[in-house]
Amino acid sequence: MERCRLVFSGSGGQGVITAAIILAEAAVLHEGLNAVQSQSYGAEARGGATRSDVIIADTPIYYPKVLQPNVLVCLTQEAYNKFSGIIRPGGLLLTDSRYVKTQRKVDALQRELPMYRSVLETIGKPIVFNICMLGALLSLTDLVRPESILKVLESRVPADFLEMNRKALELGMRLGESARV
Amino acid sequence: MGKTVRFVQGNEACVEGALYAGLNFYAGYPITPSTEIAELLSLKLPQRGGKFIQMEDEIASLCAIIGASLTGCKVMTATSGPGFSLMQEALGYAVMAEIPCVIVDVQRGGPSTGIPTHVSQGDVNQARWGTHGDHAIITLTASNHQDVFAITVEAFNLSETYRTPVILLFDEVVAHMREKLVLPEPGELHTVERLKTAVKEGVDYHPYLPREDGRLPMSDFGGVHRYNVTGLVHDMWGFPSTEPRVVHGLLRHLVDKIENRAHELARFKEFHLDDADIVLIAYGSSARSALHLVEERRRRGERLGLLELQTLWPFPADVVRTRCSRARAVVVVEMNMGQLLPSVKLAVERPDRVFLANRIDGVFITPADIHNILRIIQGKGV
Amino acid sequence: MAVKDYLRERFFPHLWCPGCGHGEVLGGLIRAIERLGLRKNDIVMVSGIGCSSRIVGYVDFHTMHTIHGRALAFATGVKLARPELTLIVPMGDGDALAIGGNHFIHAARRNIDLTAIVMNNRIYGMTGGQFSPLSGVNVSATTAPFRTIDKSFDIVELSRAAGATFVARSTTYHAQHLSEVIEKAIRHKGFSVVEVLTQCPTYFGRKNRIGDAPEMVKWLKDHTTPVGSKAKQENPALIERGVFVDLEAPEYCEEYGRLVERAMGGRR
Repeated sequence: MERCRLVFSGSGGQGVITAAIILAEAAVLHEGLNAVQSQSYGAEARGGATRSDVIIADTPIYYPKVLQPNVLVCLTQEAYNKFSGIIRPGGLLLTDSRYVKTQRKVDALQRELPMYRSVLETIGKPIVFNICMLGALLSLTDLVRPESILKVLESRVPADFLEMNRKALELGMRLGESARV
Repeated sequence: MGKTVRFVQGNEACVEGALYAGLNFYAGYPITPSTEIAELLSLKLPQRGGKFIQMEDEIASLCAIIGASLTGCKVMTATSGPGFSLMQEALGYAVMAEIPCVIVDVQRGGPSTGIPTHVSQGDVNQARWGTHGDHAIITLTASNHQDVFAITVEAFNLSETYRTPVILLFDEVVAHMREKLVLPEPGELHTVERLKTAVKEGVDYHPYLPREDGRLPMSDFGGVHRYNVTGLVHDMWGFPSTEPRVVHGLLRHLVDKIENRAHELARFKEFHLDDADIVLIAYGSSARSALHLVEERRRRGERLGLLELQTLWPFPADVVRTRCSRARAVVVVEMNMGQLLPSVKLAVERPDRVFLANRIDGVFITPADIHNILRIIQGKGV
Repeated sequence: MAVKDYLRERFFPHLWCPGCGHGEVLGGLIRAIERLGLRKNDIVMVSGIGCSSRIVGYVDFHTMHTIHGRALAFATGVKLARPELTLIVPMGDGDALAIGGNHFIHAARRNIDLTAIVMNNRIYGMTGGQFSPLSGVNVSATTAPFRTIDKSFDIVELSRAAGATFVARSTTYHAQHLSEVIEKAIRHKGFSVVEVLTQCPTYFGRKNRIGDAPEMVKWLKDHTTPVGSKAKQENPALIERGVFVDLEAPEYCEEYGRLVERAMGGRR
């Protein structure tokens, strides 16, 4: 496979770091790939700009950070403003249409999806916004199989919340499917 | 049955390595970016009947593990720069009283509070020289989680073998990033158990009289041999002495037992050194950026190699000298102002050909940063 | 066992000055241990730095002479690792409550089963007579040429407030009482504190013109009274001696044992 470099960005508490970990863990534990996940954050536990980098490859990964992502996800305006310029030409920029108003065209496939709104309308719990985002990403990129993500969710999410996470993932996948070219 | 594969942070790889080595007593105080080590051990040690205690500060943490070590436990504490500064006096005590213990310093930007959530390798010299008085110390590091696990096991092994504190110098990048860790099976990695005295009850036991091979068998507190442990210069029974012959002998012993073994204590990895005309020397997370660059430039036919040091102290001068003997240039890659650079210059035949590629702004050094330095050395400009 | 069986006789004569009270504390401690019938192999004595800390060199137990102020932290490690051992921690007033103050209150808060003996001579003796946090105001010391303005701690009240479950005070004049309260403190399950008012004739006595050792010991007799006595009501300046706190409360190592049982889910 081509080495894929992803940056997930948003604000603390949105679950962008968790989403990055789930994706990378799925690649390593259930797809036999290499993956490295790292993050940078300020002192705030909630709020503040959060960023998590993921590299997925079938070759060894040494330098673990992402300078130019193939895939950039921005879940807040602040994150979009800060990071939209670093996307690799020809990459994918995924934003949430409620939180981000895109301002200029980037040399990349640009997808604005109503992930947050759909989660609230269908599931009613914003806590699975990040899983919905992962679902959309899976449809748009074919990075890992949805079953691999589900296996990770099964090992990390309390049983009572698993169904809600599964729904969010499927919701995201449908949103992504509809936006596929 | 397949091996257990985990996707974890470097701090968790350290925890798993420590438990594999037999850690059964941990005392610590929370500090970024080492805190996950304490959090994980507060869960895992009680689950296997081990001891975890959160102390009132880092000083107390190191003191507590030294006390526990004397009862026969395998012990560890973890901290970052500010806490490591506080530990320096007790570290000297463990050196002087020859008490096995492992101290993890997950480095962050300094001095002082510095930048707690950003990367640095600024504690390399503190690890070597932080406590007062002439002494020697073992300091190890690693750049990926499999190696973090293995080097943590090694830290316990060397600590027990040489009755000395061993410092594990990790950094924020390796500590916090997640990657694959394949857990070794029991018995797959060598673990050293404490050497205990065979001297019977009622026979004079000398806790500080080295055997022929230089090792000092221990007797647990609570056992049949009652002796004294002190940070004062002491005789072979552990009682204070100012006798010049005793003072000289003890200091020589403390330094020689480590410095004279620099070669056998050297842990390192070599990448493409056979024909390298430029040798990068790096350690910890910096070695990841260095290796990235080496592999990339190799694909373009450039003869670049990497010597990744895992033992920082005692400095593996022989290893550095032999690996750099044919190099046109040696570039030391560090995230500090060149803390290992002088040791490299002292080790090689042509110190004028040793250069520094560094970064001190809290940003993880990139392969491009190192490449820029190479271009300057080669007269190509940036 | 005879008292001298608990001593490392080859290290005598000791290094304390003539008239120093530390030897009386050692005597009281040894006699208490003899009455308790403890085995020497079961006793660990951990000290810090200072004149008082040298006491560990003279006793035939497992002994640890550590760094200034940190004895309780080292002792906490030994005790938690081997709860069945008896831990005794002799300290000076500066050792315990200046540089070691934080460890002191936290050991008390945990109620870990250590016996802290604070040998309070109100001065730093080993370094040559500087004032300590127990000197109190209007005391002469080599770092207080104009006399002290620093107030002192009340060790009893401090220990009580920090959570110690046994707190007593005695003096070197009341040798019998001193040994008895040390015995009770060792017997007590939990963090116990014995403050011993003792004399440093070399520095405190000389600097403050109190007189030689016998006069300083007589001062201790004249200025102290049993806790709750009528004399105290009539003269509030008197210092009370006796047992101030003696409570049953969960002890740290026992609680840790229960925590392990919970963590292991009964698999032990």
